[in-house]
Order: sequence, then structure tokens, then C-alpha cells
Amino acid sequence: MNKQKLTELASVIRSKNSGPYELTFDIIFPDRAKFDLAVHSGVFVPELFARLYQVPLENVLGVVVYPPALAIKATILRPVVAGAVGDTDVYGAQQHGPLLDILV
Amino acid sequence: MKTLTVLSPTAILGYGFPVDSFQEGLKCNPDVIAVDAGSVDPGPYYLGAGVSFTDRAAVKRDLTLILTAARERGIPVFVGSAGGAGAKPHLDWTVEIIEEIAQEKDLSFKMAVIAADIDKDVLLKRLGSTEPLGPLPTLDAERVLASPHIVAQMGWEPFARAYREGADVIVAGRAYDPAVFAALAMEKGFDPGPALHMGKILECAAIAADPGSGRDCMVGILEEQGFRLFPTNPARRCTVRSVAAHSLYEKSNPWLLPGPGGLLDLRDVVYEQLDERTVRVTGSRHVHGEGEAYRIKLEGARPVGYRTLAIAGIRDPLMIKQLNEILEQVKAAAMDNFGTLGGRLNFLAYGLNGVMGALEPVSQAAHEVGLVIDAVADSQEAANTLCSFCRSTLLHYGYPGRVSTAGNLALPYSPSDIKAGPVFEFSIHHLLTTEPEEFFKPVVYQVGRKQG
Repeated sequence: MNKQKLTELASVIRSKNSGPYELTFDIIFPDRAKFDLAVHSGVFVPELFARLYQVPLENVLGVVVYPPALAIKATILRPVVAGAVGDTDVYGAQQHGPLLDILV
Repeated sequence: MKTLTVLSPTAILGYGFPVDSFQEGLKCNPDVIAVDAGSVDPGPYYLGAGVSFTDRAAVKRDLTLILTAARERGIPVFVGSAGGAGAKPHLDWTVEIIEEIAQEKDLSFKMAVIAADIDKDVLLKRLGSTEPLGPLPTLDAERVLASPHIVAQMGWEPFARAYREGADVIVAGRAYDPAVFAALAMEKGFDPGPALHMGKILECAAIAADPGSGRDCMVGILEEQGFRLFPTNPARRCTVRSVAAHSLYEKSNPWLLPGPGGLLDLRDVVYEQLDERTVRVTGSRHVHGEGEAYRIKLEGARPVGYRTLAIAGIRDPLMIKQLNEILEQVKAAAMDNFGTLGGRLNFLAYGLNGVMGALEPVSQAAHEVGLVIDAVADSQEAANTLCSFCRSTLLHYGYPGRVSTAGNLALPYSPSDIKAGPVFEFSIHHLLTTEPEEFFKPVVYQVGRKQG
């Protein structure tokens, strides 16, 4: 089967702080079929997030599948603590860009 | 059946809510109107500087509507994390607004004020009972003394105590968001699992609805086995998906949510669509291990200097192509000239990697770049000096192949340099082992004329 861009599968792709030290990504799918396709694709592993954000694998704190919301969630350590000198995004709300091009 | 109805007017006090939605909420005969006023999301400045991130007029507008309606109907009002960061200056600021409203609207009520500040002398003696919550060092005296305001997130217990002491309006400093909404239910003997889970959702008001909004009202009705949720604005609805998805929001683990005194375990939760706009939630559990310590989260921020910044546009493709190298050279020149000032320089290059910094995987620049020169130093004067040096050096910098020899920057403003004042960073994000009522003592007093 041809691969699809994540933007064609998911209805929500977002990033946000989870406390000042972590950045968390939510990918939410509009229906069970698309969610299952993504979950079973094997694409959403910690290595993916380490590669997309160029961070060491140990800085990927977890990838969680959450069926009640048809969602996949990943959390990474922030490179700079929220609001510290050198931070670029205090709320962490615009760090989801690299996820949009994921192929599933 | 025993039920308890909680009205949540807005996700953050001061973000506002439509009057019609609020009126609809009142028709549900709420047992309490609860509102969360805070967040650490806006960053360390507000806690460190003792300033609210919400606007005074906006907070007063929201509180005026809430207090007048609540006093008319005898509904208690619980406010948590007053003034945003919930330290003493934030709490005082909120209390002043409330007393002002009481006077203007001729309201009278018993008010409880609950401070969340942790006394430094007490904390210094208890450093051994703390542990870092995240990748930061063990708490030491230096961090404690450097942080102007140290708060802890209180649980539901202080609210319940204030309520027992007869308070009609409870204003608390920093509080665990769900506790503000669950406190009355806990006091009335409801199961803590559903009470706190409902609080977890209600603290964001209608964000868990579809379409979601932080500035619209949500009602939660707690039952013995679970709870029901619906937005009061007919243009929104709660769906199984919208409510379930909310457990993801700003959390790293949607199944287990730690709070003061235990853990909210959502692994067996069932979401059920009751009617078009209402969702029922059952199966939420609050677990507290046998002999497990009661721990609260401490928060603090410390000053790191003063900031001066300048904003400039760059449209020359030859310069944009070499921008990273040019910025490195300018930074080196600044340190060569003013390194003894001990300042820190950052460049945010919008159009290159201004949004994502080190996390940015794309290396191709846009056709124009917005540059922020960010200088932070020990004094405002030193920050001014660094920023000014970088701006003028960049403006006339002779990079290889340069053809636009009159100037490299489009400066949109005069003056070009903006003094942004004191800068803070988070310094304390630790857990403290304590007892539920060691801190957070309510002070109860009469506001306005005593009735009867």
C-alpha cells in the first residue's frame, strides 16, 4: 500500500509543554481505521521522534498509544527549559512542524 | 441519587466567558462555581516578578459576573491559583479586586484567603524532604534563597477546611487545578476518583467540548458512580472523543495523573455519549499507596538578569545565505568587546530557525528573515550595551560578497532597542513530603456589611 502523509490521516497534530521541562506531541485520528493503521504501521516509535527532532534517544521520554481518544502521544525533554534565556517557544505550541511530513 | 453540580465559567480567570453561557450554567443550579486562575505555561517571569499574566480589568469583569450571581443565589465560589502564579503578590492582587467589587456592588460575604507560599526558613530545614521533579538539581539553600516567591500546589483539603469554617468565597494561591473543582465534592464524601477526574476536565472549562474553547462555560454533575459533562453554550457539545482527548492535554501520560496525595488512575475509564451534548464518564480511580507519603509540588523562579532586544528584518539573499556565520562572527565580536560584562546573546532568526532553534530539521531559509537580537546581562545597562553593539555591528557588517553597502538591517522602529526589564528562570520544580494541612491555613473574614 502506498504511504500517506500524516496530515491526510490525522485530524489533530499538536505540541505543547507538559510542565516547563517537557514537550509533548499529540496526534489524534478522526476514526478507528486511521488510528489502527497508524498504530500498526510501526512508524511511531521513540527512534522516529529522536530523528525528527535531532535529540538523543534517551531524551524521548515515551510514546504512548491512547485508544479512548484515538491518539498517539510522544514526549521529549525540552532542549531549553520553558522561558529560560535561549528558549524560542515558551508554551511549546509550535514545535509540531516536523510531524506533518511523517509518512505512514 | 446524590449529585453535586459544578459550574466552570472559564479556563483561566480573566480569559472571559459569554454572559449567555454563564446564565445557562446558573440554570443548572450549581452547588459551587469554581475557577482556576493560573498556569505555569506563561513562563517563569510572572512567578518570579510577582505579576499576573492576566489583565486586571479582564479579571475584574469575570469576577464581577461570578460574584454578583453567586451572592444572589447563595452559591459558594472557589478560586484557585489566584493571579496566575498564585504567590502572595498574586493573591493580594486578586483579593484587592474582589474587595473592590464587593464595595462597588454592595456585596457581603465571608471570604477565606489561603496562601500557597512556603516559608523559606521552613523549607531550608526541610531540604532533605524534597526531590527534583524533572531534570534539575537537588534543592539547595542557594536556589531557595535566590527565588523571590516559592509556592506549592495545595490539594483539596484547605478548600474543604475553609468551607467548613463558613466561607462563601474562597480565594487560594497556587493550587492543584483539579482540587479547586473537586474540593466541595470531597468534603461531601464523594468518591475522590470521579471528583478529581471531573475537576481535571472542568479546570479547562469548555476546552474539552467540540468545538473547544477556554473562554466558555462547562458544567459537571458528579454522581455516585461517575460524572456527566456538558458545555452550556448550545453551539458546543461534549463528545466521547472531545472529552477523552482532553486527558492528553499538557500531560505526558494520559493514563496516570499524579497530584497532591495520590494518583488519578484513568486506565479503566469508560466514556459514554448520553445525549447529543452530554458525556458520562465512569471508572476513574484515585489511588494512594499504603503508607505512601503526602507530597506537594513546589514552584519557584529566580532572577537571571535584564533583557534588551532589537527586532530587524533582512531581505538580502546574499546575507541570508551566510546568516549563521555572520551571527556567529558578530557574537564573537561582541564578546571580544564586552565579554567582561558577562552577558548572554541569542539571535532568533525567524525564517531560518527562530521558532524551533536546535530542534529545527529544515535548513533552507525563507526569502526574508526576521531577526531578534536578545541580550541578557546582569544589569539593564549592560544588556543595553550588548544589544546596541550587536545591532550597530550587524547593520554595517561587511560580509563576503556584500553588494548592499549602505546597511544590512531593516529596523522597523525608532528607537530600535527595547528594554524588556528583569528576566527570570524556573529554579524550583520539586516535590516536598508533608502532611495535607501543614501549610495552606485559611484566613477567614467578613467582606462588606454583615447581614441580619
